This record gives sequence, structure tokens and C-alpha cells, in this order.
Amino acid sequence: MSAVPARARTGAVALSLRPATHLFHRNWLVYKRIWYRSLFFGFLQPFMFLAAMGLGVGALLARSNPTAFGPVGYIGFLGPGLLGATVMQTASFESTYPIMNKIMWGRNYEAILSSPLSTRNIVLGELGWIAFRIASIATIFLTVLVIFGIARSPLAVLAIPVAGLTGLGFASWLIAFASTQLNDIGFSWVYRFVINPLFLFSGTFFPLTQMPQAVQVFAWLTPLFHGVELLRGLILGSLDLGTAPWHLAYLLAFFGIGLLLADRSLARRLAS
Amino acid sequence: MSGAPGDALVRARKLTKRFGSFTAVDGIDFDVRPAEAFGFLGPNGAGKTSTMRMIACASPVTDGDLAVIGMNPASQAREIKARLGVVPQVDNLDTELTVRENLEMYARYFDIPGSVARSRADELLEFVQLAERAKDQVEPLSGGMKRRLTIARALINEPQLVILDEPTTGLDPQARHLLWDRLYRLKQRGATLIITTHYMDEAEQLCDRLVVMDKARIVAEGSPLELIERYATREVLELRFGDVKRASLDGQLQGLAERVEELPDRTLVYTDDGEAALDEVHRRNIPVQSALVRRASLEDVFLSLTGRSLVE
Repeated sequence: MSAVPARARTGAVALSLRPATHLFHRNWLVYKRIWYRSLFFGFLQPFMFLAAMGLGVGALLARSNPTAFGPVGYIGFLGPGLLGATVMQTASFESTYPIMNKIMWGRNYEAILSSPLSTRNIVLGELGWIAFRIASIATIFLTVLVIFGIARSPLAVLAIPVAGLTGLGFASWLIAFASTQLNDIGFSWVYRFVINPLFLFSGTFFPLTQMPQAVQVFAWLTPLFHGVELLRGLILGSLDLGTAPWHLAYLLAFFGIGLLLADRSLARRLAS
Repeated sequence: MSGAPGDALVRARKLTKRFGSFTAVDGIDFDVRPAEAFGFLGPNGAGKTSTMRMIACASPVTDGDLAVIGMNPASQAREIKARLGVVPQVDNLDTELTVRENLEMYARYFDIPGSVARSRADELLEFVQLAERAKDQVEPLSGGMKRRLTIARALINEPQLVILDEPTTGLDPQARHLLWDRLYRLKQRGATLIITTHYMDEAEQLCDRLVVMDKARIVAEGSPLELIERYATREVLELRFGDVKRASLDGQLQGLAERVEELPDRTLVYTDDGEAALDEVHRRNIPVQSALVRRASLEDVFLSLTGRSLVE
């Protein structure tokens, strides 16, 4: 591989990316019929969650321990955590059932593979689409956080690419997983034993410092924790420059490995 | 780039496909020439679809040589696929898009500019008689309409070679005839077609030349007429005996014709003169319930080659 001249390699990358945009376009064609609904719920969901839990539960917490969450209060702690969790859930949904549908129920990929596109083009196109979906959800979410007065650092804008990277990590691993499955039973196991525990124990709803040491160590090994830590630091303007590079490195590696697995896994499934 | 010997559009030598220890295609040789309709006839599981998938660059070749439009599927899949049209066995239309969007979106996968895609979609919808359904969703279309739309989709890139895997399986007779008519017109326009089927009438209708596949191998090759002449007699006398035990007839049919095949429900007498054979049956007082003289078909060719019937 190393003998391949740089120009040929960029050519190969372009060859993977340009056809991938067709898949993005296809998903957009379907999505554009419902985008306003999707945006509305994208707005409503965080709004309600923050109102109920942030203001409601937050008021109770403020009464018992006014300084526990610093100047932003519980709602300020919860907002970025909830963004991370929403990103993970959206990415997970988008890369399980819809992907399985296109592999085996609707057989869309079979049709697409009869055109010049390859499985690699498909993987990149789907991930590009999921990145777009997450970026748009994160943008709306961030707007809500601004309305609630939670986002208070200009760095908060960087939460959008970090949300995208976190989502791509989950999406790539789940596309790899979905490509190995012959029915959707595996997905409910993933939701029950991976997505839901991460949703609850990644520092989304409460600081992990409340938990036993073992849980804290475990959290460091899991991806959502790193996404949430970065998002919270960027949005609240409290980024710890000592740990931030590690969080970022983790997320990059998580996505990089996922990408390789998805590429191999879909090729194995559809081109044998 | 091309210029392969004999200018075959598809050329296979010792072509083999294995899945683990299972051999789906066992070292077959064939040539598909430009502008002909070439058929693969055989029962389910004979290796037809595996062969199609290798030609369509959807499945890697395990062993042997395969050249498609003078190119190698292993290294030039993108270039080959740009010049193929594929109609798969199971419909895989995009059910989240409309009829017209199915064509225009598919054109985009081939990097066909939007304006060209739109005018081709118009032409093709006209060709497959779906113009008035252009704005409809795909799901409510009948089976025959979906097939036709799939064929239109396969033609969007003006392919040099169209591959059709069991194009009329599951369709009612009327839908089949309409589809055959469209495929025939396509052939008239000079398209090269590769068709797999387990229907002998389909193979006879559409194919200039065909190979008969059985158990991963090619067992015969030729035009439908050649195959019938080579492997069957001119006519076939079909006899049904109803409740009469055929075992009790043992020997009575001997000398009646050059070959007699026993099927579960009937007996086939291969002869060049069916009426004469039937007269002889009556003369011997053989108790037949019903008798029918017909021309020999590819079904008889398959039976004679394998001892089994095509559709079981």
C-alpha cells in the first residue's frame, strides 16, 4: 500500500466519496418529505426534557444542595449530557433498522450495487447522511440550550462537530453490527445492554463522581462518556485542557475503528 | 480493451463459484455474443443465479476466467457495472420513492446528468407502459408493473448487456406476455440479453441460444430448436392411465418408440410420429385414460438430459 503514490491515493479517496454523495442524495429525497416534522420534534424533545427535568427536578435539587452544580444549576449540567445521549440514540436508530432494511427487507443495497457504486461508497454515503442528521439535531438542540441560557461559551459552536463525531462512532460500529445480523433480534439486545446503560451511566444525568470508583473507571472505557465530557466542557465553557485531548483521541479512534469494521462487514455481507 | 477472441461480450472458461465446501458453479464454459439473447435454463439450485451474480460483479469468481465486455470483474467492476443493466430475481425497487424517482435516482448512481435522466425516464416509462403511474408510490403497483419498472430501471444507463434473472417468475400469464413483448422489442433494438429461467416456454420464446444447467454444470448448449432436435424426438405422445396400475402394463409399451419416460402422473413416448404411436397403443389394447400428441419442447430436452422435469 505504501508504494502507491499520494496522487493515486487521493484519487481513490475521491472515488469513494463522490459516488457516496449519491446515497446521501437518495436519503435526502426521502427525508425532505418529512423534514419539518423531524425538525419540530428535534426542537420539542429537548425543550420538554429540559423543562421537566432541568427546571422541575433541578428546583428540588437546588433546595437541598444549592451549590452542587455550580452557577448553571442542574439544568446546565443536564443540557449538554442530554445532547450527548440524544446524539447516541439518533445515531443508533439510524444505523440499525434502516440499514438492515436496505440490506435485506427492501434490498436497496442490492439494487445500488448493480450500479457502479461499491459497498464502500454505501458505507461512506450512509455515514455522511447520519453525520448530517446529527449535526442538524445538535444545531437545534444547541439553540434550545441558548434559549434556556445554558450555552454560555462561544466554543459551544464546536459542540456540533463533536456531536457529529460521537454519533459517527456509534453509527459506524452499529452499521458493522447490523451487517452481520440475519434478523432484528440482535438490535434489542444492543439497546438493552449497550445503549441504555450508556445512556444512564455516562455522566448524562448526574456527575459520575457520585458513583463508586469502579463505575468511574468503567465510564472512562466507554464512548458516550467522552462525548458528554467534551460537549459539556465546550457548551459551559469549562473545558479541561488536560483531559480534552484524550476525550477527542478516544472518539477519533472509536470512529476510525468503527469505519474499518463497517467497511469490511458490509462488503462481506453483500459481496460474497 | 476488448478485442477478446471471437468478440464475445461475456466469456467464461472453467468458471467456478464455491461457498465454503459447496460448489454452486462447477467449471463452466460459455460465450455470449453481441446482440443475442442467451439463456440459462435449469431447475432452482442449478447455479444460474450464482453465474449471473458473477457476471454482474456482485459476487467474486472463485476460480477460472471470466471476461465481461472484455474486462475483468475482479479489477474493473465499476467500469463493467456502468455498462450493465441488471433485473434481479426479487424486486428491489426503492419503495420510499415514487415510480419516476426510482428511475431518476438510479440514473444518478450512474452519474447521468439530471436533464438526460429526466428525458430517459420519460422514454422508459413510455416503453414499459407506466407513464401514467409516474408520480405514484411503488408499493401499490401490481407484480407485473413492478417488474416492468425494474426493467426500465435496468435500462436507464443504456446498457450494452442486460441481465435478467427469472424475469417472469411469479407473474400471471397476461403480465408475462406483456413482459416478453417488451423484452422482444429490446432485442430488436440490438440489446444483448442474458436470461435465466426455469420456464421452458420462456426460454423458447426469448432465447436465440441457451445452455441447460443442472447441478452446477452445463449439460447442453445450442438454440432451442437444435437442442430439441438433438435431445428429443419431433413429437411426444403423452399417455395418462388414471387408476390403472402402470406396473401391470410392464412391457406392453415396448417397441412402441425409441424412448419412453415414466413421470409420476403420465408416461411420455418419444417418437417422430405421435399419431402412429397412438394408433399402435390402441391396436395393442392398452387401457389409456387420455392421450395427447404434441411437439417436443425444451422440457423434454431437460428430462432426457437429467431424467428429471424442470419444474417440480
